[in-house]
Amino acid sequence: MKAVRIVSGTAVPLDRTDVDTDQIIPSDWLKRVERTGFEKGLFSEWRDDREFVLNQEQYSGANILIGGLNFGTGSSREHAVWAIQQYGFDAVISPRFADIFRNNCTKNGLVPVTVSAEFNAQLMAAVQADPTLELTIDVERLTVEAPAIGLETTFPLDPAVQERFLEGLDDIGLTLRHESDIDEFEAARKPWMPAQA
Amino acid sequence: MSEPRTLSQKIWDRHVVTAGLGGDPDLLYIDLHLIHEVTSPQAFDGLRMNGRRVRRPDLTVATEDHNTPTINQNQPIEDETSAKQIETLRVNAEQFGIVNYPMGHENNGIVHVMGPEQGLTQPGMTIVCGDSHTATHGAFGAIAFGIGTSEVEHVLATQTLPQTKPGTMAITVQGELEPGVTPKDVILHVIGVIGTGGGIGKIIEYRGDVFENMSMEGRMTVCNMSIEGGAKAGLIAPDETTFAYMKGRPHVPSGADWDAAVADWRTLVTDEGATFDEEVVIAAADIKPQVSWGTNPAQVMPIDGLIPGPDDFDDPNLANTAARALDYMGFEAGMPIKEVRVDTVFIGSCTNSRIEDLRAAAAVVSGRTVADGVRTLVVPGSGKVRAQAEAEGLDQIFRDAGFDWREPGCSMCLAMNPDKLQPGERCASTSNRNFEGRQGRGGRTHLVSPQVAAATAIAGHFAAPSDLD
Repeated sequence: MKAVRIVSGTAVPLDRTDVDTDQIIPSDWLKRVERTGFEKGLFSEWRDDREFVLNQEQYSGANILIGGLNFGTGSSREHAVWAIQQYGFDAVISPRFADIFRNNCTKNGLVPVTVSAEFNAQLMAAVQADPTLELTIDVERLTVEAPAIGLETTFPLDPAVQERFLEGLDDIGLTLRHESDIDEFEAARKPWMPAQA
Repeated sequence: MSEPRTLSQKIWDRHVVTAGLGGDPDLLYIDLHLIHEVTSPQAFDGLRMNGRRVRRPDLTVATEDHNTPTINQNQPIEDETSAKQIETLRVNAEQFGIVNYPMGHENNGIVHVMGPEQGLTQPGMTIVCGDSHTATHGAFGAIAFGIGTSEVEHVLATQTLPQTKPGTMAITVQGELEPGVTPKDVILHVIGVIGTGGGIGKIIEYRGDVFENMSMEGRMTVCNMSIEGGAKAGLIAPDETTFAYMKGRPHVPSGADWDAAVADWRTLVTDEGATFDEEVVIAAADIKPQVSWGTNPAQVMPIDGLIPGPDDFDDPNLANTAARALDYMGFEAGMPIKEVRVDTVFIGSCTNSRIEDLRAAAAVVSGRTVADGVRTLVVPGSGKVRAQAEAEGLDQIFRDAGFDWREPGCSMCLAMNPDKLQPGERCASTSNRNFEGRQGRGGRTHLVSPQVAAATAIAGHFAAPSDLD
């Protein structure tokens, strides 16, 4: 994964709660065995509506997605994260992310920014009022800010996850440093546990 | 004496390879990795790109379920992209030495039906799968959770996952269920209470009389939908019901090993005095047969009720979401749900496609006929369930009533295969998600129990079995 330190740019306000991963990328797209080419599938059913926020000219070029409460619920499909990223987003802001979606973000370098419901509402309204509003997300300081209007807050990220973002580290490579610990653990497993011949 | 611990804490502690310090995640050992065709191809590509092997192919089992047709499984798959995805799994399983149960194999089936059926799911284990309904296996007292494709690759390569320890949540349902109230109604009611985000970051332990008295099939239905309440996982302490269900299955220990295993499994209970981060208590008598009316699984109502409107919600978020959902579902607030007609009835999915579910649905339809114009599908969860149902004559009962009896798979639960709703079509479904377009673009899904699905097929509109008399 590539390192991410600062994400700055404009944002799209997706003012809906419970945006599930079936909406983010419908299941038809899951037949593909590749990891790329999902940008066209992003919110594809909602994008049929010309008024849908992603279709609005004033938000084109934005690289931050602001969602509502319970963003990314439902299916574990990592394709949802790939679609959001491949469309051009580098970060998603929400008051609450579903666990699997959030995990999937951190494996791909898409920054999940969890903020208070109040801050989220303020930011959403500010971006709706001024689509050119510039935001900056700093993964080192763990801050998200809109300097032009004096909005700023912090967001949580596990230290290990933060380090991976900043260094662009390979998760599997990190775990394989513990190979001898894994060997030791396996030697002590109960012999009757299920295994294939 | 050590500190009292909850069941999930005990299982977690048993699997820590290296403990994370200062807020870092623990490295957790994974006892069983179930894979399927949809969320694994990119993971195998990742292994190949980095020259990595599968560390424990013997702890990895594959099945084909999400993208398989439910008719003519002995023929080549017509859809080229789907055929390629199935073929990719077969090639990957072969190359990396993983057992795969291909479409048509007697052990093939929906991953969360196949695992317990084969005795692969056992108490105290950690189980993962690139599928959010993996919590199903928690019914046996295991920590089981869904993961993304990057994590699938991680488990393939290392048989571990770095994981932050989740919080704990107890959902206790006390008392006795009213007649006609099923495990599906229990979990839909629970999700209605805690909301779609209520369990985020937590493992739910289902406790109390209702779960203790429930069959394993029922417990699987309950744990299956933990993710619909946002939970990382859901589980139930193993007991005599669990052991009786497991005994004699392939992969389950026998002889002296069985005795040793059972002795160990009996320790897998929440200690007296252990505390949960959050506790929810529900009276069994408050639970009615449920129908979902909206587009998320917390939008549920009793089958005797009236469709709610935005004004019924104090929280503005819930009110807005309700307004959007009513619009999508084509509803006016205040209408009795029983007056709503359906186009399709789907009985299947990892939530409700086991033998007990099919028996319950067959008992309702026996000697009756599906209402005119209603399309009906029964999709057994596995080859084994299908064979068992046919041995019991359930297929004939369904066919005689006018149901379409299919071959196993996920089918219309997620509509990757040709089993789809058309835009605007309304479906009573025993599956787990009523999201917009989940069963086909523009389709309208109502989540119900197998009994209500069966009665609805006969009546042509939402109905409980007692409405048919």
